[in-house]
Amino acid sequence: MFYREAGDFKTSYAEDAQTFPIKFDRYRYYFVMAVGLAILPFAVNDYWANAVFVPFLIWSIAAIGLNILVGYCGQVSLGTGGFMAVGAYAAYKLMTSFPDLNIVFVVILAGFVTAAVGVLFGLPSLRIKGFYLAVATLAAQFFLVWLFNRVPWFYNYSASGQISAPERTVFGFPVTGAATAPWAQYAICLGFVVVLAWVARNLTRGTLGRTWMAIRDMDIAAEIIGVNPLKAKLSAFAVSSFFIGVAGALFFAVYLGAVEVGEAFGIQKSFLALFMIIIGGLGSIFGAFAGAAFMVLFPVLLKNVLVGGLGWPTDLAAHLELMIVGGLIIFVLIAEPHGIAALWRTIKEKLRLWPFPH
Amino acid sequence: MKLTRLAAAAVAASLAAGPALADLVFPSLSYRTGAYAAGGIPFADGYADYFTLLNERDGGIGGVKAKVIECETAYNTEKGVECYEATKGEGALVYQPLSTGITYQLIPKVTEDDIPMHTMGYGRTSAANGKVFSHVFNYPGTYWDGASIIVKHLLEINGGDLSGKKLALVYHNSAYGKEPIRTLEELSKKHGYELTLLAVDHPGQEQKSQWLQIRRERPDYVLMWGWGVMNQVAVQEAANIRFPMENFIGVWWSGSENDVLPAGDAANGYKALAMHGTGMDYPIYEDLKAHVYDKGRAAGAGDQIGTVLYSRGMYAAMLAAEAARTAQDLHGTADITAAMMRDGMEALEITEERMTELGLPGFGPSFKVTCENHGGPGVGMIQQWDASAKEWNLITGFIESDDSVIEPLVQEDSMAYAKENNIELRCE
Repeated sequence: MFYREAGDFKTSYAEDAQTFPIKFDRYRYYFVMAVGLAILPFAVNDYWANAVFVPFLIWSIAAIGLNILVGYCGQVSLGTGGFMAVGAYAAYKLMTSFPDLNIVFVVILAGFVTAAVGVLFGLPSLRIKGFYLAVATLAAQFFLVWLFNRVPWFYNYSASGQISAPERTVFGFPVTGAATAPWAQYAICLGFVVVLAWVARNLTRGTLGRTWMAIRDMDIAAEIIGVNPLKAKLSAFAVSSFFIGVAGALFFAVYLGAVEVGEAFGIQKSFLALFMIIIGGLGSIFGAFAGAAFMVLFPVLLKNVLVGGLGWPTDLAAHLELMIVGGLIIFVLIAEPHGIAALWRTIKEKLRLWPFPH
Repeated sequence: MKLTRLAAAAVAASLAAGPALADLVFPSLSYRTGAYAAGGIPFADGYADYFTLLNERDGGIGGVKAKVIECETAYNTEKGVECYEATKGEGALVYQPLSTGITYQLIPKVTEDDIPMHTMGYGRTSAANGKVFSHVFNYPGTYWDGASIIVKHLLEINGGDLSGKKLALVYHNSAYGKEPIRTLEELSKKHGYELTLLAVDHPGQEQKSQWLQIRRERPDYVLMWGWGVMNQVAVQEAANIRFPMENFIGVWWSGSENDVLPAGDAANGYKALAMHGTGMDYPIYEDLKAHVYDKGRAAGAGDQIGTVLYSRGMYAAMLAAEAARTAQDLHGTADITAAMMRDGMEALEITEERMTELGLPGFGPSFKVTCENHGGPGVGMIQQWDASAKEWNLITGFIESDDSVIEPLVQEDSMAYAKENNIELRCE
């Protein structure tokens, strides 16, 4: 019905290479962009921004970043939490050292700092792979959290070890600090998401993305056909860490406002990001969004239904929430091991043939 | 994207069905799950039961019913933010997050939203300076008071001289645990003791190396800033290395039944700070029994009644209710707003007579909050665990903290905050 092959003929390379080859998908994408850009900024209130959209958007950036490394380049990483912490602390140090620097540049610079750190911790990937690399990145996670706890310079010698974001503005509107309007918070995150998702999509289908995928599929064969593993692996670490660093900076500055490294960027955040891309779909930009939505929004939705809607005790609801989300993760992985993105792909293929499956 | 929209629609549907207003709303950002539930459950129960009592016995506060909205945070800052945003629209009068991490997050937000926050004996110590922190209150005592009170107690035991003694601080490696370090360092300069710092990471189940170090260095006293499961593990570890329990002193968050019971007889003699009385020997329990427990209205499982942290939750609720009453008198209306509640908290006066009237004679210190001082008198007692009778015994009266050390620290820290955030000083 919606998906028709007829009329979707491709007559040029540009049409053949487009991201959304099906007309319905293309319109859906325009629709989502229009709602996100033109309607939501005027509709969000504090609750929607702080509990729903801002965490979802920020986690989407982190999931895209991790997906580049794990999904496209095949390098397993458990250091996401630590790299997000690098982004957050870099943003904090930049914000406090250069009060006049615009927050947008602060976030981007924090991304570059994280990229540098990511390359450093990506060096072992040239010698080890798979589970062994996962352990090496796990070391990065623990080392970075320990470092930010241990060295007072990173938190400007504050008594409690907390870092808190001072107020910064974009075009005169505050986007960090307590006076931030929910729409401003939402808009800056959306801006970063749109630009970074676009960058990621175009990187992954260009030369760089193809070398990553070649390394992922078989590194020895890739080396034989002329892919430089050093360049491919380290660039994947750099780009991935840049995304994660931006996510960490926004997570600290725009979303939470004050963080404590052990709690905000602990090992559970690394697992959360990894679950997102596994459930969403490895090697897919849409999968990163789907996974972030599943892991961030679903618990909030469940809580609202169980406590707000049904009026159950909060502790019962919290325990049930863990069980339901856990059960669904197992169910999704059994029913569709390649994640929600693959499920979506299957549905699309079925719909293209519908109503004549043969 | 599709999921997002589905989720959004469902959340909207469930939000639209929110309850009607017109009650005095006291949100309870509780945690009944996770590694800190052992502390969160009794506090939340005590908090809810006291308001149930007021509703059942007196028909609310000044004729308006109190309503407690619980929201589960699991001691997690992100969930705490979500809970804050979810409940503030319902007319929340005062927030009590029972988490130092969430407190730091909420300080700028509550100030912006004009809702007061009460962090009783936790949170940001320098918020005691009301000139800078207009909406944050931490009466009747702060972490720095607690640290100073412990040191004073040790001075008393040692005939006024601590020079050459070795103290170790076992602390939760978070904003909460790090709070007392500055004060203890300043006090070590004054009294000449040596301080060793031992951090324990969240959630605190793994403390072998810290206690090995204690066994090796043999400090004269061990202080603890722990919470949740960390407390029980620390007491057990101390017992394992046969550290003399009477030389092991916890802050008021490390001194509940849940912390010492798992270690059994080995925990006998463990000391902790107490900011209020405990146990069931107060007349209020007769009313609670008649109006709440016997009617089956007790919050939670009802098995925490009379414990230290239950008492603390009740104390927090009592102070909130008294502040609401003060606000009602002050503004001449029973239906107060959060801004009026703030004024009430700033004008709060707790006297011995009032506590007796409420059925809690001698439960806490009598004090008066002022515009400048949001921290209260800064007094505390020391309690000691009797493992055979399974009860805490108060071994001192109220000890006053060392203001000469704490006051300058509060000034310094709060002024730094004011400068960072361009806050104009009040009360002048």
